[in-house]
Amino acid sequence: MAIGSFLILFILFFFSSLNPILSLYEDQVGLVDWHQQYLGKVKQAVFHTHKTGRKRVVVSTEENVVALLDLRQGEIFWRHVLGSNDVIDGIDIALGKYVITLSSGGSILRAWNLPDGQMVWESSLRGPKHSKSLLLVPTNLKIEKDNIVIIFSNGRLNAVSCIDGEVLWEKDFEGESLEVQQVIQPPGSNLIYVVGFASSSLFEMYQINALNGELLKHESAAFSGGFLGEVSPVFSETVVALDSTGLILLTVSFQNGMISFQQTPISNLVKDSFGPAKIIPSSVTGIFAIKMNAVTIVIRVTDENKLEVVEKTNHETSISDALPISEGQQAFALVQRAGPEIHLRVKLAHNWDDNLLKESVKMDQHRGLVHKIYINNYIRADKSYGFRALIVMEDHSLLLLQQGEIVWSREDGLASIIDVTTSELPVERDGVSVAKVEHNLFEWLKGHMLKLKGTLMLASPQDIAAIQSMRLKNSEKSKMTRDHNGFRKLLIVLTRAGKLFALHTGDGHIVWSYLLQSLQKSKVCQHPIGLNLYKWQVPHHHAMDENPSVLVIGKCGPSSDAPGALSFVDTYTGKELSSLSLVHSVALVIPLPYTDSTEQRLHLLIDADKHAHLYPKTPEAISIFEREFSNIYWYSVEDDNGIIKGHALRGKCTGEVADEVCFDTRELWSIVFPSESEKIIATVTRKLNEVVHTQAKVIADQEVMYKYISRNLLFVATVALKGSGEIGSVTPEESWLVAYLIDTVTGRILHRVTHHGSQGPVHAVFSENWVVYHYFNLKAHRYEMSVIEIYDQSRADNKDVWKLVLGKHNLTSPISLYSRPDVITKSQSYFFTHSVKTIAVTSTTKGITSKQLLIGTIGDQVLALEKRFLDPRRTVNPTQAEKEEGIIPLTDSLPIIPQSYVTHALRVEGLRGIITVPAKLESTTLVFAHGVDLFFTQLAPSRTYDSLTDDFNYALLLITIVALMAAIFLTWTLSERKELQENWR
Amino acid sequence: MAPIARLLLLALLPTALTISSGSGDGYTINGRVKIPQGLGTKGFALPGKTSNVKVILNGGQIVTYLRPDGYFSFQNIPAGTHLIEVAAIGYFFSPVRVDVSARNPGKVQAALTENRRGLSELVLEPLRDEQYYEIREPFSIMSVVKSPMGLMVGFMLVVVFLMPKLVENMDPEEMRRAQEEMRNQGVPSLASLLPGGGRN
Repeated sequence: MAIGSFLILFILFFFSSLNPILSLYEDQVGLVDWHQQYLGKVKQAVFHTHKTGRKRVVVSTEENVVALLDLRQGEIFWRHVLGSNDVIDGIDIALGKYVITLSSGGSILRAWNLPDGQMVWESSLRGPKHSKSLLLVPTNLKIEKDNIVIIFSNGRLNAVSCIDGEVLWEKDFEGESLEVQQVIQPPGSNLIYVVGFASSSLFEMYQINALNGELLKHESAAFSGGFLGEVSPVFSETVVALDSTGLILLTVSFQNGMISFQQTPISNLVKDSFGPAKIIPSSVTGIFAIKMNAVTIVIRVTDENKLEVVEKTNHETSISDALPISEGQQAFALVQRAGPEIHLRVKLAHNWDDNLLKESVKMDQHRGLVHKIYINNYIRADKSYGFRALIVMEDHSLLLLQQGEIVWSREDGLASIIDVTTSELPVERDGVSVAKVEHNLFEWLKGHMLKLKGTLMLASPQDIAAIQSMRLKNSEKSKMTRDHNGFRKLLIVLTRAGKLFALHTGDGHIVWSYLLQSLQKSKVCQHPIGLNLYKWQVPHHHAMDENPSVLVIGKCGPSSDAPGALSFVDTYTGKELSSLSLVHSVALVIPLPYTDSTEQRLHLLIDADKHAHLYPKTPEAISIFEREFSNIYWYSVEDDNGIIKGHALRGKCTGEVADEVCFDTRELWSIVFPSESEKIIATVTRKLNEVVHTQAKVIADQEVMYKYISRNLLFVATVALKGSGEIGSVTPEESWLVAYLIDTVTGRILHRVTHHGSQGPVHAVFSENWVVYHYFNLKAHRYEMSVIEIYDQSRADNKDVWKLVLGKHNLTSPISLYSRPDVITKSQSYFFTHSVKTIAVTSTTKGITSKQLLIGTIGDQVLALEKRFLDPRRTVNPTQAEKEEGIIPLTDSLPIIPQSYVTHALRVEGLRGIITVPAKLESTTLVFAHGVDLFFTQLAPSRTYDSLTDDFNYALLLITIVALMAAIFLTWTLSERKELQENWR
Repeated sequence: MAPIARLLLLALLPTALTISSGSGDGYTINGRVKIPQGLGTKGFALPGKTSNVKVILNGGQIVTYLRPDGYFSFQNIPAGTHLIEVAAIGYFFSPVRVDVSARNPGKVQAALTENRRGLSELVLEPLRDEQYYEIREPFSIMSVVKSPMGLMVGFMLVVVFLMPKLVENMDPEEMRRAQEEMRNQGVPSLASLLPGGGRN
């Protein structure tokens, strides 16, 4: 036995020393990592199904994505994530081969090649003033054989050539108060109508020649009642608007240049009127809808401009755009949700009473209401029309319906993740079957022989494929139970739509999803916003039978005093345990390091009035809390005023509501930054759950330095007021950046450093006793990263043996709030090539493994950079002792090693955040990067020193051991025989 | 008309590789990204399609894309010093500082920030291609020999072939004494043999 273990150790040693897995081999892609691509909530969809070939759809989304999807499976053909402030205003298809996008408030027009997504041209449109942006692609309007695109944006009407994006003509609409509402191009004519309101009671109509931009006619008519909101075009020369009270519908017709109004009070149409209405614009001829509170009314306009209610419903109704089908006929779709089903109706525009199609589709309750619908037709085998509908649900998912079935669905809500937390999976119990390992020894050996071939590069492509599939099969990575190494977990994510998803870390599949009712639009709460996710209950000691749960915190509306909402969700079942509508607002949530007997974590919610509220509201929680009452401190940052304040608790709430769990707070300290010279742009603290293994750091010459480790350190970066803008807007002389380290209990500034000629944006990460921050150096015109390490000097003399003997080995200075902590800082700066979107740091269970910085670059990649490179003790010529310690010679810039991109050849488009979670195995950390895409991988910053890699060839090891044993026995018998012979001699 | 316009555009573009004062308050930066054919074709990294290359101004203020011929432009840029980055999978581009001067428009002032090399015109080329994967070393005898198993086999061979040589060189006197000792101990058991072998 001893020899066995010895041999394994021996081999391990060699394996680890000879075969360092610095990064990934290409055939290891997808073994521990997964990558998912999303789009975001679809804003607009345009079908491209004219040709007999592939059926496709172009979509634009709220995440500024323009993409081409396969209509059969919903796969992405190509996708572009535009810049974060390049919001898409409209998309369309021109010439059947270009996708036209209008973005950035109507100032950028781009054409993309439909099949491959290559940008063909780009033009920049400007205008005199800010206005609505409208994009129009007339099908049969040509200027000298050139198809044109009509754009109204920034108060200017432009005609742009489809071929090269050249502006053919432009026309300004500079009227002071003119607000253009619609641009209408009657099909088959060369006219363009521009209609809008001026000075709130004038209706303006411009008739323009589409060929040269010449103004043909300009009419305006006053309507004393004023106008409200949008207009809906019902015919090519008629629009419908609302008066300023929202009670009277106006049919405005401008036939032959004559503007005429026709008033219809809504109360005439509907008996029980419910107050002001809102127009839901539609492009369907003769049909529009209004909404009053929760009631949707569909109204038909007859030829004599009479209005007729055709439908009145309490259900949320979505109406599609008009779809031209044969001979000038238009079809459109209405969709409603009713209980577990959605009802889809397709009708002809001029024939309300008949349905071309009526379907009911079963729909998961957790997709919510239907928000948008786009329809497309196809011709069935029997020459009749069939329709397919693309619907966007409340949870931002995208589904294709055809023949009463969901053909495919995309969970595009995952493109807008607000917060992430993790949860453990259930422990494997007796009832749970264990996946079978290899069937017999032969198969097992064969598998390992294949692996051996793979490592020796002797494998054929078929063998490689076999190895890949075998690895995926054997790895058990998507099992639903906890594993020994802690690699399998649930990632609980909260999306902007107010839906919770649980993703399995093994392969990223959705385990459950739950649409939170507390974060859905309701009568009480018009604009709910999800804020944060916290671990509410993590049972592991004396509450083993309980399921873990998470706390979801949201609030009602964007204002700071909007009331909050809490939900508690079980992470195993994905069911809401309970929910609370709060009376107070939520300005700050402090998860306290205390749990009650059921291992519910205590959370302190601070509201806008600076009252603290304790959750859970149980007597037990209160008694635990009261014991720690005086140990609770927090801080608040007021960026606008440049003030940082420290707070503590004072006592029970005194005031109108005597609530047991409400506490008054007091202000302890405040730091006011000079508002004329400094503006707070970044504040960072340590992660609450970070584990630090050792406080001492042994440096080269056997000296010990003590890290100054405090949970209450805050890093603050301020810039000069002028330097708070974009790069290039300021000269180096008038910009500076100041970095502070502040103790948030005492409010004492421990360290302050000024970087002259630098500016933001600042991205920083705080861990253990160091902070690393990234900013822009204007003098060198490069990005820089600086590190500050902070050490405790008060214990520096502790190495003295005499002091140890005399019992003075503790702190030499007494601990007091008033004495300045004796700290020293070391810092250094390096150049860094790329712009940075976010920085994170790896975290492991015990904090022994060395750290890596995870830098999300502007190219949406995640770069792992060892903390060693950001060691302030790096010098140009390290001494021998320092070299042994692992100090790298100083260079002016940080290296970018392509193999250390954790996202390898992938991009996490629209990267927003990187989360690291420790696995149970000390060497390994789990990394989750989210943006429009999701990416997950495992990292071993100091390599996997505590386990064998997946590549480890057990067969080879076994064969070698067997061979060695055989050789030993053989030589033994041989030597015995020889001895015997010698004895006989 | 249209083809002529396009021809004109093509003819104009190479000379327009500068900063021109556009209409309105800002300037226009025109440039070109050139990815040499030779780069990126070897190895595993997929040669980045030009349709996926992004050109980023000032850390994300404006993001634009390349036209099929590699040209890009930023419009409506105020005077000042700007930073242009190119994000392309598989290639390492140095950021470029571009000075847009209000005084003499039309003059390009661009320099790579990584190596401070000035650019006479705004043509951006990758400094190197990026290999995201480790390359498996091809099969060689050395790798087998260097592997732990190879080393063990090598060690055994050394023991088998060199030890007898050492024994031969030993003093016959001592040899006899050693043999005597061994005989006294009796036949070596397996247990006493194995750790000895391991320790060596």
